[in-house]
Amino acid sequence: MRTAFIQELIQQARLHPEVFLVVGDLGFSVVEPFAKEFPDRYLNAGIAEQNMTGVAAGLASEGYHVFTYSIANFPTFRCLEQIRNDVAYHNLPVTVVSVGGGLAYGSLGYSHHAVQDYAVMRPLPGMTIAAPGDPWETRASVQWLCENPRPSYLRLGKAGEPVFHSAQPPLAPGSLLLVKAAASKAKAKAKAKGIFLTTGAALGYALEAAASPLLEGGWSVYSLPVWGETVKNAVAEALRAHVCVVVVEDHLEAGGFGSFIREAMRGDTHVALRTLSLDPKVCGTVASQTALNKLGGLDASCLIQAALTLP
Amino acid sequence: MKNSQEFAALIRSEALKMVTRAKASHIGGALSMADLLAVLYTGILRVNPLEPQWPERDRLILSKGHSCTSLYATLALRGFFPIKELETYACDGSRLMSHITHKVPGVEFSTGSLGHGLPFGCGKALAAKRQGKDRRVFVILSDGELDEGSNWEAILFAPHHRLDNLVALVDYNKIQSLGAVDEVLDLAPLADKFRAFGWGVREIDGHNHQEIRETLQSLPSEKGKPTCLIAHTIKGKGVDFMENQLLWHYRNPNDEQLQSALSQLASLS
Repeated sequence: MRTAFIQELIQQARLHPEVFLVVGDLGFSVVEPFAKEFPDRYLNAGIAEQNMTGVAAGLASEGYHVFTYSIANFPTFRCLEQIRNDVAYHNLPVTVVSVGGGLAYGSLGYSHHAVQDYAVMRPLPGMTIAAPGDPWETRASVQWLCENPRPSYLRLGKAGEPVFHSAQPPLAPGSLLLVKAAASKAKAKAKAKGIFLTTGAALGYALEAAASPLLEGGWSVYSLPVWGETVKNAVAEALRAHVCVVVVEDHLEAGGFGSFIREAMRGDTHVALRTLSLDPKVCGTVASQTALNKLGGLDASCLIQAALTLP
Repeated sequence: MKNSQEFAALIRSEALKMVTRAKASHIGGALSMADLLAVLYTGILRVNPLEPQWPERDRLILSKGHSCTSLYATLALRGFFPIKELETYACDGSRLMSHITHKVPGVEFSTGSLGHGLPFGCGKALAAKRQGKDRRVFVILSDGELDEGSNWEAILFAPHHRLDNLVALVDYNKIQSLGAVDEVLDLAPLADKFRAFGWGVREIDGHNHQEIRETLQSLPSEKGKPTCLIAHTIKGKGVDFMENQLLWHYRNPNDEQLQSALSQLASLS
C-alpha cells in the first residue's frame, strides 16, 4: 500500500503542481522517488509532528495541497490539536497520511497501533476519511484526494497487502464499492442474503468469509474507502437497499466505522445490522497483525458467525 | 496617516472600550503589544486594507490570540472593516470572537490555543521561499506561550530552513496566567536560547516606537536567519492601575475605570 500510495502520489504530483509531501522523518525506501522528482515540493520536517502539521497548514494556506506522512499514531494523535484547529477549522487542504493503520505494526506494540484514529478524525469539521482496502483502492483514493483537496485523513496499511481489485475502481465519497457479488445461483435460489461492508484492511476478511461454503455464496462484499460526516446520509441511503448488513473494521468500537454506520442507520428498522469491531484487549498485547486481529475478534470465522446469526 | 504614538493610544482606547462593553478578559496582554501593532501597521507591514487578501501582502499572525482586542482595533482603525463593528465584540453572532479569528478581514489565522502561530508561520515563510516570493511573515507570541513545546519545534525548524523572511515578535511582558513568568516557568535567558537555536535576535523596548521602527526597518537582523525580536513590555501598559498587575489578565474595567483609562490615554496622544 505504501508503494501504491507513493507511486500514485508521484503520478498526481505531475498533474497537480500544488501537491506537496511533508514527512515526519519516516518513509525510508518509500518516499525517496517523490523527493528526487519534486525536491521543491518535499520536506522532511524532522521528528516533530506538531510543527510538521502547523507547517503543513501554513503551506496549504499559501496554495499547496500538503500530505503529511508518518506512522499510524504520529501524524494523528501526537498533533491532534493542530489537525483540529490549524487544518480542519481553517478548511485547509491537508491530507494526514497514516501508514500502518489498525494493527499493521502489531509487534511494535501499543504505541504504534492506530485503532482509535477514525474516532478522533471523523468529528473534526469537514474531515473526509479515506481507508482503502487494497493497493488499487489506495491509488483511487489518492487520485480522488488530489482532485478534491480538502482536510482529509488517509489511512494506509503497510506493505505486501493482497490485491482484491483487478483495476483501479471508480471511487466517490459515500458510495459503496462492490468487490464481490453474491453468487448468481444463490441469488436465484434464495435471494442475496446480505452484505459485508468494510473499510480499510478489513476487506480481506470479508472476502474470505463470503467465500466460505457455510454462507452458500449468498453474501456480497462491499468496501467503503472514502467516508465521513458529510456523506453519512448518502451511506444510509445506499444501505437501505440491503436486508442484512455486517459491518467490519479493524478499529475499536468506540467512534469507529461501525459506530458511523449505526449513527447513519439510526431509526431504520428495515435493515438487520451487525457491527464487528476490535475488542479493546488488543491494546497492550504484542503479536502480529493477524494474531492481534484474531484476538480482537476479527477473522473470517467471526464474520461468518455474525452473518449466520442475522435473521 | 496618524503618527504611531497617536495610533497606539487609539488602539488602546478601542481595546479598553471593547473589553468593558463585553465584560471580557485579557486586556493586559492586549495593551502590552499595542505599540508593536501601532508601528507594524504604520509603514512597516505591506498590507492593503482595501484588498485584505492581496497575494503579495506581508502576513501577520497573532499567536497570542487572546489578546485579539488590540489587533481588531488596529485593523478597524486601518480600514479593514468598519470601526463601528468593534462594538459587537464578543456579542452573540459577532464575527469578533474573543480569540482572534480568520473570519475577520486582515486576520490570517485563528488562534486561541497557544503554540500554534509559529509553526503555521514557518509554513507560510517556507511557502514564500519555495515560490520565490519576497513577502514576509510576522508572528506575535506571548512570553507565557513559549512554555508550549510546539514553539520550540518551530524555533528549531526555522533557522534550519534559513527562513530569513520570518520574524517572531515576543511580547515579553513577564506575566502569565497564574504569576510572573520567572516564577511559573522561567524563560531566561531568552535571547540566548533563540541565539543558540540559530536565530538573529534583537532585544528592544517594546514601547519605544523609534526603536521598534528602526529594528523592523532592518530585517532580517542577520542574513540568512529568522529574526527574533524580544520586545520588553509592560503588561497593561498605558493605564496606570493596570500596569504590571496580574489581575488585569482577567478583570474587565467598570465604567469609572474605563473613563479613567481613556483620559490617561487622551493625555498621552
